[in-house]
Amino acid sequence: MPAVSMTVNGKSVTGNVEGRTLLVQFLREHLQLTGTHVGCDTSQCGCCTVHLNGNGVKSCTVLALACEGASVTTIEGLAVSGTEGDKLHPMQEAFREHHGLQCGYCTPGMIMSAVDMVNRKGFDLDEKTVRKQLEGNICRCTGYHNIVLAVQAGARAMKNA
Amino acid sequence: MYDFDYHRPASLTEAATLLARDDNKPLAGGMSLIPSLKLRLNRYAALVDLGALQEIKGIRREGAVLVIGAMTPHAVVAASDEVRKTLPALADLAEGIGDPLVRNRGTLGGSMANADPAADYPAAVVGLGATVITNQRSIAGDDFFKGVFETALQAGEIIQEVRFSLPQKAAYAKYRQTASRFAIVGVFVAQTAGGVRVAVTGAAPSVFRFSAAEAALGKRFDAAALEGITLNADHLNADIHASAEYRAHCVVEMTRRAVLAAL
Repeated sequence: MPAVSMTVNGKSVTGNVEGRTLLVQFLREHLQLTGTHVGCDTSQCGCCTVHLNGNGVKSCTVLALACEGASVTTIEGLAVSGTEGDKLHPMQEAFREHHGLQCGYCTPGMIMSAVDMVNRKGFDLDEKTVRKQLEGNICRCTGYHNIVLAVQAGARAMKNA
Repeated sequence: MYDFDYHRPASLTEAATLLARDDNKPLAGGMSLIPSLKLRLNRYAALVDLGALQEIKGIRREGAVLVIGAMTPHAVVAASDEVRKTLPALADLAEGIGDPLVRNRGTLGGSMANADPAADYPAAVVGLGATVITNQRSIAGDDFFKGVFETALQAGEIIQEVRFSLPQKAAYAKYRQTASRFAIVGVFVAQTAGGVRVAVTGAAPSVFRFSAAEAALGKRFDAAALEGITLNADHLNADIHASAEYRAHCVVEMTRRAVLAAL
């Protein structure tokens, strides 16, 4: 099987994969980074969202071998480790504070997508922008109300972080 | 997904050599190809990933022509200052494809080579009378799309860039399928030096020009010129989202909205 090397959450990793191995399978099954979820496996729900060279992508629709040499950030890579334990990323903290979830299955993808949104659209996001930019992420519990509040609050907090 | 060999050529020449085998398939952004492989709708000996070919990525202007590399993602087209300034209709079209995560990955060339009947880019390529440059030749936009998932591309032929002549006015109006964001009907209207062009996607097996609307708008470029113009529903697509008759109605309405947006 061909080898692939990439940087995941700042660490160099390598593995042997098949041509058809998806990035999400590499993350979950080879690296045991199971924070990235598989929801629909059909590029619709966004549960598997990670950052590939800084851009949000659906890792169920990217081949692992296509990420050779790339830099990948997953939900596990957002929090900052410190001497007094890990400190949540401002967007994670905002989802906790505003309870932007119910079952939590879509949450890693929502948060990765929200951080990507802030990177593209800035810190001051109105409700319409947030809803439009979250079209690639589906939540089947919440009705999105608290998710939208969390993204707006997280974006503001990222400005001050 | 059936397994396949994976190649990531560093040059267009190497890619073309690998693609000379007709059971090899080019991989662009993969936003349609990978889902179709997961469904086992297709099986290939190898995928030839064009992702490393910097030579066919990027946006530049050459006088009155906007040139976009085939491997440029939709998000880059949508956010480009050059496209926003010179051809905002194309930036708007790109911004309406799929969702942000798909737009970060999907490409102009991939969308065109796939030739989904409901894809957005074909409407711009035909609506602007663009020229498609491949590693072998130049193809007129009008001659590129041949049918459902069918194009003029031959084995080993790779789209390098698309050359869009800048129009006087242009806009794209789409009635989208809310879940997939594909076009139930999408209409690209452009007022160009060579006359008015109206290209329709989503409504038929392949993108087509709406000649009755072109003739009417050629005489007078405003929405009122479309009064009384209709489209025959024979041979239009019909599915659970919209009947052929409804699509015919939507084509006229989206044409009207595109004209209003272009003015």
